[in-house]
Amino acid sequence: MSVILIFLLVMAGFAAWWLSHQRLMAKPWLEQGPLGGFEGSDRSTLPTAKIGLGVFLAVVGALFALFASAYFMRMELSDWRPLPMPGLLWLNTGVLVLSSVALQFSLVASRRDERDLMRLGLMVGGLAAVIFLIGQLIAWQQLVADGYVLAGNPANSFFYLITGLHGLHIVGGLVALGRTAAGAWGEDRPERLRLNIELCAIYWHFLLVIWLAVFVLLAGWAAEFLAVCRQLLI
Amino acid sequence: MVDVTSSGGEAIPPAEVADVELYHPQSWLTKYVFSQDAKIIAIQYSSTALAIGLVALVLSWLMRLQLGFPGTFDFITPEAYYQFVTMHGMIMVVYLLTALFLGGFGNYLIPLMVGARDMVFPYANMLSYWIYLLAVLVLVVSFFAPGGPTGAGWTLYPPQAILGGTPGGQSAGIILMLVSLILFIIGFTMGGLNYVVTVLQGRARGMTLMRMPLTVWGIFTATVMALFAFPALFVASVMMLFDRLLGTSFFMPALVEMGEQLSYGGGSPILFQHLFWFFGHPEVYIVALPAFGIVSDLISTHARKNIFGYRMMVWAIVIIGALSFVVWAHHMYVSGMNPYFGFFFATTTLIIAVPTALKVYNWVLTLWRGDIHLTLPMLFALAFIVTFVNGGLTGLFLGNVVVDVPLSDTMFVVAHFHMVMGVAPILVIFGAIYHWYPKVTGRMLNEALGQFHFWVTFLGAYLIFFPMLYVGLVGVPRRYPELGETAFIPDSVHTLNAFISVMAFIVGFAQIVFLFNLIWSIRNGRDAGGNPWRATTLEWQTPETPPPHGNWGKQVPVVYRWAYDYSVPNAKQDFLPQNDPGPRGLAEAPR
Repeated sequence: MSVILIFLLVMAGFAAWWLSHQRLMAKPWLEQGPLGGFEGSDRSTLPTAKIGLGVFLAVVGALFALFASAYFMRMELSDWRPLPMPGLLWLNTGVLVLSSVALQFSLVASRRDERDLMRLGLMVGGLAAVIFLIGQLIAWQQLVADGYVLAGNPANSFFYLITGLHGLHIVGGLVALGRTAAGAWGEDRPERLRLNIELCAIYWHFLLVIWLAVFVLLAGWAAEFLAVCRQLLI
Repeated sequence: MVDVTSSGGEAIPPAEVADVELYHPQSWLTKYVFSQDAKIIAIQYSSTALAIGLVALVLSWLMRLQLGFPGTFDFITPEAYYQFVTMHGMIMVVYLLTALFLGGFGNYLIPLMVGARDMVFPYANMLSYWIYLLAVLVLVVSFFAPGGPTGAGWTLYPPQAILGGTPGGQSAGIILMLVSLILFIIGFTMGGLNYVVTVLQGRARGMTLMRMPLTVWGIFTATVMALFAFPALFVASVMMLFDRLLGTSFFMPALVEMGEQLSYGGGSPILFQHLFWFFGHPEVYIVALPAFGIVSDLISTHARKNIFGYRMMVWAIVIIGALSFVVWAHHMYVSGMNPYFGFFFATTTLIIAVPTALKVYNWVLTLWRGDIHLTLPMLFALAFIVTFVNGGLTGLFLGNVVVDVPLSDTMFVVAHFHMVMGVAPILVIFGAIYHWYPKVTGRMLNEALGQFHFWVTFLGAYLIFFPMLYVGLVGVPRRYPELGETAFIPDSVHTLNAFISVMAFIVGFAQIVFLFNLIWSIRNGRDAGGNPWRATTLEWQTPETPPPHGNWGKQVPVVYRWAYDYSVPNAKQDFLPQNDPGPRGLAEAPR
């Protein structure tokens, strides 16, 4: 359970930092008035939707951290046989990076009010994400063809489960991206559109980071890294 | 009153939340059924939770029939008994307590108490309820599925949960249970995002975090915990569903069933236990923290006294929330863990007693020399303190590994957790319903029926669970549908068991009276007015009661003070609402 505990420790650190800016030492029974002048008494100036997304991503992070915890605990049992990573995954990673970059590009373009470039970015980003998903499915197919079926070994089971869940998150993101794109080709107000593109871009970057972590985990490098750390400690 | 600091004059324009678009219902259907108004959603959540809670109540009666009078009722087979136990536990913990505190009270109180017009993401809020309802329906369907609901115990431990010997293990029961849990978690996450972000972003001008009523602090912290704890149950449920349906071996070791080697192998049941309790222990505080918060407000209001040690109360809530994530393995002392682990988890478990005891002292000190009105909400709040202390003290026994090992798997544990996380939070729920019902409906609940409900519930709960502690100390095991002829179990245990069962029926009957009161008073209750308890918090200051869509009429309130200005010396009444600029003398006091 160490992965999730470290994750929660980071979250707790963030929460502590935030709380420390909220005047927790205030003596509310001695203060009257609308508190216009006191520091830290108001809500954040960030858009509400962005904060909502931030909280949601923290939850998604906890979800994957828990899977990683389960992965490490299950891995130590004797029947674990690691499976080879299909080379296609490297290509998929590249495509996902491209998708993320394209959305960032679209965001920058939307800030400069260059509508055509913004649409191009959205289109490339969405397309690349779809190609990533197709690539993942082909990678699954290759593994199944090589005999690494879901129930064959816990390493296989985790591979399909975690990559599948990641893929589902991308699918969910595509729904949001589709709605944003509908606005980009339609009549959405520019500032609202900009916010939507920014939310999509943040989500994409986050899922890219999750994918890199998942890749490192599934390829076994995370375990090797931990083993090295343990040797250094003991 | 010289050290009172004040800022600003009186005419401060209220701040609207600009980037939240209030939706406007077009038809009856979008106004009352597919409503995005947090207050309607709260009522939907609460009604659904109470309805499914009634099912759990009936299940507990059936269990008590079997335990009190074994062998009398032919239809209660051992399999059926296990199904009753499982569904009773699961419904009460997840579908009633969690849903009622967060989905019910959270939805109703957060926007009103922080001075918002609605939740910040109303559409997701609506979806949250409908997915919750779907989860409840899937759960109900499992009662009618071939093979019946799962009988694996509410902890659903593998491997037995998905084996043929357990009711529902090889039929649809366990599958529907897991699907229902997964749906519940998805729905809850949508609602939970709303509760958290509304507290962060929806607060009215002047409502700083340290001016929020403790109810909001409790619900807020519990929601943050739930957002991080429920994913663990999600992971466990998904992996078990894979084991059951797709033949993976995440949790399933190599097994021989009925002389036949199963295809599973190598899995770890302990892994499931870790994941489950990583959710399961915070869950206790997800239920307890809103109760703590609500009870603080009830005591302060009905004792006409400011809450003692407000800051400590806030800090204690946050610290309990954080600590509850590092105690989960105290549920696993008998799973064969490393003794050093046991030592660690026993220590963290006992440390939680410190902030918790602090809260109890502060409640008692708030009552000290208060102007105590023994209204129904106050009675329930007092009953909660007593019950929570009793339940908590039995927790000290079980938190220690050496005491837990012999007591684990006895009725002592059952009595303990029913006192501390069953009866205690439910007493708060009742108190809160008696307290806020006038705001929701505009009418008071019937007092005489309420008194009957309180005394029967409070005394009855003790007559049920105190004897159960003794039954447990004698060594009567839990999870046994029938004790049979056992040398170490004296006759008095059987008598006590029959007595407990009779009490369970009487207490259950009182709850039916309560439900009747809830429905009857909607039309026939005494008119309540806007603020019958003379309370300070914002929800009592709405221009209309019950509050209409948008809560505040033309202007959202401006907050000038904390939530506990009771018995103020110079005030017109004995209290100052949070949106009251205050008498001139106070507001202009020198710094």
